[in-house]
Amino acid sequence: MTLFDKIWNAHIVAHAAGGQEVFYIDRHFIHEVTSPQAFDGLRQRGIPVFRPAQTIATADHNVPTKHQELPIQEPLSRFQVDTLSENCAAFGVELYGLGHQHQGIVHVIGPELGITQPGMTIVCGDSHTSTHGAFGCIAFGIGTSQVEQVLATQCILQTKPKQMRITVDGILPKGVLSKDIILYIIAKLTASGGTGYFVEYAGSAIRALSMEARMTICNMSIEMGARGGLIAPDATTFDYLQGRPYAPQGADWDAAVARWETLYSDADAQFDTEYTFDAADIEPMITFGTNPGMGIKINGHIPRLDEVDSPKNFQKSLDYMGFAAGDSLLGKSIQHVFIGSCTNSRIEDLRLVADFVKGRSIAPHVQAMIVPGSKQVEQQVIREGLDVIFRTAGFDFREPGCSACLGMNEDKIPQDAYCVSTSNRNFEGRQGPGARTILASPLIAAACAVAGKIVDVREMN
Amino acid sequence: MEKFTQLHTTAVPLPIEDVDTDQIIPARFLKATTREGFGDNLFRDWRYHPDGTPVRDFVLNNDHYKGELLVAGRNFGCGSSREHAAWAIQDFGFRVVISSFFADIFQANSLNNGLLPIRVSPAFLDRIFQAIEKDATAVFTIDLANQQVTIESSGESEYFEINSYKKMCLIEGYDDIDFLLSLRPQIAEYESSGAQL
Ligand code: SF4
Repeated sequence: MTLFDKIWNAHIVAHAAGGQEVFYIDRHFIHEVTSPQAFDGLRQRGIPVFRPAQTIATADHNVPTKHQELPIQEPLSRFQVDTLSENCAAFGVELYGLGHQHQGIVHVIGPELGITQPGMTIVCGDSHTSTHGAFGCIAFGIGTSQVEQVLATQCILQTKPKQMRITVDGILPKGVLSKDIILYIIAKLTASGGTGYFVEYAGSAIRALSMEARMTICNMSIEMGARGGLIAPDATTFDYLQGRPYAPQGADWDAAVARWETLYSDADAQFDTEYTFDAADIEPMITFGTNPGMGIKINGHIPRLDEVDSPKNFQKSLDYMGFAAGDSLLGKSIQHVFIGSCTNSRIEDLRLVADFVKGRSIAPHVQAMIVPGSKQVEQQVIREGLDVIFRTAGFDFREPGCSACLGMNEDKIPQDAYCVSTSNRNFEGRQGPGARTILASPLIAAACAVAGKIVDVREMN
Repeated sequence: MEKFTQLHTTAVPLPIEDVDTDQIIPARFLKATTREGFGDNLFRDWRYHPDGTPVRDFVLNNDHYKGELLVAGRNFGCGSSREHAAWAIQDFGFRVVISSFFADIFQANSLNNGLLPIRVSPAFLDRIFQAIEKDATAVFTIDLANQQVTIESSGESEYFEINSYKKMCLIEGYDDIDFLLSLRPQIAEYESSGAQL
């Protein structure tokens, strides 16, 4: 059996028609944007939340990242965030709202509080729920109708996806981060190469990563179309979890670890598709187009039109970005840098950035913001004095939230401006109408902020 | 959920690949707390200039193309899980989306709202686009019971797959939640069985 099979099988409540399973959900995260209509559905039916203790709420997508202590200025955003608070109070759901010490991006706080644990099934009305798979969970995004189903019954209907294993063996070259691994994989498989699959990431290069680096990889599984991605739990996982607020304690902890140690794909496990990559071949990556599969090595060239499958769509994408086929991106001027999002806003990411920018300053024409993933990350940054380094270098260090990852609040990138971003999506207009997003690792983003143009960080030391 | 059996309709062509949910409904329009009204902002940034005037050559602004069927390039609905994308398409007046490939979550969200996503072969998708190009008033028939899409002008048709349970839900206008609610005792039994890891 695969790791996925083991968790999947343990969560089937009943078989339903059409090969669907009644699938049990252990943990459910909700946020302000995709939950209000689900609570309305419960109200219309006059039913309660079935297992309120298994749902945890936070406000992240639509919150300001300045002056969170003040009432939200924008009326629609305020109403949406207030609606979440009212719904949580009315239905008995724990809320880590604005100002709470546990508030933050839903996929940052779940792991950091120890809510996310190996062997669990986790859903949220957000496609990057795949992040939690780093702990050896089946975790995936759902729509609002399914949010309502989970609230009402703690179950959803699912058909079993196909399974893919992606093995990355070897040692990563210097300056290459887990973000580069996943951008490399998506560039190889394309933005739809994983559709219909659940992915297990394996291999010595994956095993060597910290939990935070593993989360970055699982986070972007959806960007190749996969529902989710997971990594077998190991000592790194257990060390990360031990002592966190929601983690089991004492004898319960020992029993949990004994259970978690059985969570791996057996030697004879069968996958529908397998890929193997050599870590030594991976270099810092960057995207040039309008989907995350359009990535190249930072010192590479944008493919020529005769090298791609759909030249018309490819050209449309390049026109939007203002790039030409065959171009190199090195040396291109950029105006914005965004370091944040559930992909790269954790303390390790921010330490890395601080380490690089210490003693440097960002280019005068660049506006660069750093948005921590959670209140706890923000507090840790302050404890370590990294905020001072950021501000001295010219970064705008803000308060936690999704921010310019999706441009729902006022943190938007202007029309036609280039933004090197540590987030996960470079879709047209994702960071604001007409904004041009270039995805990269936190290290590349920091280097570009300093240089004011696209640079290979390996050439800056 | 509205029942779905058969549909005769003209179509709106969108021959673009990898249409993501941020294009279908940009995040800044997700602030509503109800399901209605998202159709006004469907494909907002392709449909309107930043100053709010319509983009003349975008298909939704072209009076020649109307109908309850949207025909799109491969990998339609990729990106975020926002069900608002399905709501916006439906609220605009579409009941069926045809493509040669759909993103998983979009497909599930559509089915949960009675919006029928139909996956056809790349060759048949081309035939549909050609039929619309030849005649903007070309009529298509979607027959859910027999799982057939027909191009009426040429008589060509293709069979499509749909999960048998989902098909029943669409035909009966039945939601997953009705079924799941009826299972609550069994779910409680599962919980006390200690089957979870
Ligand atoms: S940070 Fe971006 S990708 Fe992550 S949950 Fe928020 S909006 Fe979604």
